[in-house]
Amino acid sequence: MKTMQTEAAEARLGATMNAAKETKISARNVQVYYGDTHALRDVDVDLESRTVTAFIGPSGCGKSTFLRCLNRMNDTIDVARVEGEIKIDGEDIYDKQVDPVQLRAKVGMVFQKPNPFPKSIYDNIAYGPRIHGLARSKGDLDEIVERALRRGAIWEEVKDRLNAPGTGLSGGQQQRLCIARAVATEPEVLLMDEPCSALDPIATAKVEELIDELRENYTIVIVTHSMQQAARVSQRTAMFHLGELVEFGDTKTIFTNPSEKRTQDYITGRFG
Amino acid sequence: MPVHWIVLIVLALAVIGYVMGRQKALASAGGNIRDLHSLPSYYGSSVAIFTMVFSFLVLIVWLIAQPIVIENQVAGSIPPEAVREGSTLGLMMSDVRRVADGLDQAVSQGAMTSEDAASIRSEFTDVRDRLGAIGVALGSDVGPAVLRAAQHYRALNATGNLFMTIVVLGVALAGFGFALMRSHKDFRARNVVETTIRYILIGAASIAILTTIGIVLSLIFNTAEFFRLYAWTDFFFGTTWAPSFSGRGGSSELGFVPLLWGTLYISLIALAVSVPIGLFAAIYLSEYASPRMRSFAKPLIEVLAGIPTIVYGLFALLTVGPLLLSVFGDGGLGWMKAGTAVMTAGLVMGIMLIPFVSSLSDDIINAVPQAMRDGSLGLGATHSETVRQVVLPAALPGIVGAILLAASRAIGETMIVVLGAGAAAKLSLNPFEAMTTVTAKIVSQLTGDSDFASPEALVAFALGMTLFIITLGLNILALYIVRKYREQYE
Ligand SMILES: Nc1ncnc2c1ncn2[C@@H]1O[C@H](COP(=O)(O)OP(=O)(O)OP(=O)(O)O)[C@@H](O)[C@H]1O
Ligand SMILES: [Mg+2]
Repeated sequence: MKTMQTEAAEARLGATMNAAKETKISARNVQVYYGDTHALRDVDVDLESRTVTAFIGPSGCGKSTFLRCLNRMNDTIDVARVEGEIKIDGEDIYDKQVDPVQLRAKVGMVFQKPNPFPKSIYDNIAYGPRIHGLARSKGDLDEIVERALRRGAIWEEVKDRLNAPGTGLSGGQQQRLCIARAVATEPEVLLMDEPCSALDPIATAKVEELIDELRENYTIVIVTHSMQQAARVSQRTAMFHLGELVEFGDTKTIFTNPSEKRTQDYITGRFG
Repeated sequence: MPVHWIVLIVLALAVIGYVMGRQKALASAGGNIRDLHSLPSYYGSSVAIFTMVFSFLVLIVWLIAQPIVIENQVAGSIPPEAVREGSTLGLMMSDVRRVADGLDQAVSQGAMTSEDAASIRSEFTDVRDRLGAIGVALGSDVGPAVLRAAQHYRALNATGNLFMTIVVLGVALAGFGFALMRSHKDFRARNVVETTIRYILIGAASIAILTTIGIVLSLIFNTAEFFRLYAWTDFFFGTTWAPSFSGRGGSSELGFVPLLWGTLYISLIALAVSVPIGLFAAIYLSEYASPRMRSFAKPLIEVLAGIPTIVYGLFALLTVGPLLLSVFGDGGLGWMKAGTAVMTAGLVMGIMLIPFVSSLSDDIINAVPQAMRDGSLGLGATHSETVRQVVLPAALPGIVGAILLAASRAIGETMIVVLGAGAAAKLSLNPFEAMTTVTAKIVSQLTGDSDFASPEALVAFALGMTLFIITLGLNILALYIVRKYREQYE
């Protein structure tokens, strides 16, 4: 059973389903500093709705940093400072009027390191829906939890122990639990920071299936170190290097005919 | 030879041994460190260890055993008929020790030669006068038996000390020679040093454990002694606390219930004050305060924790008591008779415990990984939702532990009670009445002229024992809770 919010969201999206893809997120001249280090410089990028965008680049180049800008998670780091303009649906998210709490409900995130709460598996998934009042009854909530766990490709493994602590799961199971937790709140934008880094090929395939399914309605950004994965799931790819956005374009173009030498070298494994 | 000289000589020997052992090992390897089994310093250390450890062990054992042995010998040599009327052998022995000490002082100050001291006779000299002249006061005239025993005592001591010097230095030299002989490139010096370090650590741990066991045993034996003199049912179930002041017993009523009630009541008020305030302060400091605010407020709160409890006691007596009295006393609501009351002590004790609760909880909340908070915030939870639903549950076992620790401190607190709650043992529900606690009563039972064999004094051990069991129970409960939640969360 679907919740009110989802129904509304689907109705809205359904109307524009076949229209041209519009810009969901636009970043202009974004700079991020951690204290004195300039971690991200001059990033200009437009992310389209109902599209999977992959961020690739060597370790430490600022992929996670940029991802965290998009739902203002950098606010929680004391030394971090963000400059420039980031708009979602035409609204500047760093505006004083914007409530970061509402923003984060709309822009969900799967973190690089799995971080299940020290609660039961059920409560981990139900956490977001409860906070946002997405369920009208206990049965409603049960359904949301089951649906989210199924989408996270972990339902079969945990359906008999929903009351066991989420922190007792294996690393890969925790990662899928966190994916399920993020989709349970039905965000419009989903930011996934290396969601398959600890997963076996079967679970990876299921998560990629999920990403493909979610693409129908949502905007997805995925950070990955696997070139094959980027090529498989994304339509657009952004290549970062040393805090700069090197190249951004159609995944096909980037992987077959990149215009930058650094991109070519990275994709073919010559550095990074 | 005085003990400190022996210690210094052994230490010097150890230093020499270190240098020589190191050099010998190096020489055996032809100066090539790579050929040695261990680093050169380990060879030096192993010689130093062999020089010091055994000789110091012998020294310590000797220093403990010698007085006991000599005391027994001297006491055995005093004929029973020499013990004066109305005196005991024990009293006489303390005279003997005092005279012997006096003679030692006289010799060291040059007022007597050592031959004089050994041959002096009470028949010909007034020993008390001669010792008095150099500032050693004796309570009574020195009889011939005491003087002879004292001289015997000194002679034995001198021999004992001589043997001690010889044996200790001999052991040190033997260890030195043995270890130096072994100091060769193939010798596993590092293993020796590691083993020694392990034994030293084990020694420290066992001293801590053994003293605890000793204290508990002494509590148990004295408590058993008390229950021989006083019925345990009257102690545990008696509702009146009225020790007689004659100190001879007989008419005392030593009921434990009013004291326990006072303890629990005051602790309860103290916790009711300190837990919410301390916990909220901790949450503010760790979750909301800016780093600047934190770096300023946290040390300030920790200063509060350093205030001695007697100062809090004064504060209770002179400030809080009168303040409460002016509101709840005869001038106001009329519930309170005097400034000393359960409420006064409870409030002040609560204030004392605030920094305790807050700084422990603050550490525990800080230990919750940032990733937990990120996870919650990332799902669109507000700051306070994150704190309530993720941070506090994760920190709960630690916080419960902190609260139980605070409770055992409240139960054991004495000074604030003595000054703030009064001394009357009472069973009452009115928090504005004076009451007293177990600890305060232990103090009052043991101060003043009491005979330590009477039930009035021994009851202190029974009270201490009960208190110990209560706090032990609390600590075990705290551990149990922490474990239980650990299992669930990790
Ligand atoms: N909290 C922080 N404080 C200070 N510097 C940080 C912080 N987080 C990241 N950085 C710095 O910012 C730079 C970019 O880090 P970021 O985490 O965005 O890299 P990344 O591209 O996600 O790398 P990876 O692929 O290894 O996850 C790094 O040089 C890192 O040292
Ligand atoms: Mg990263």
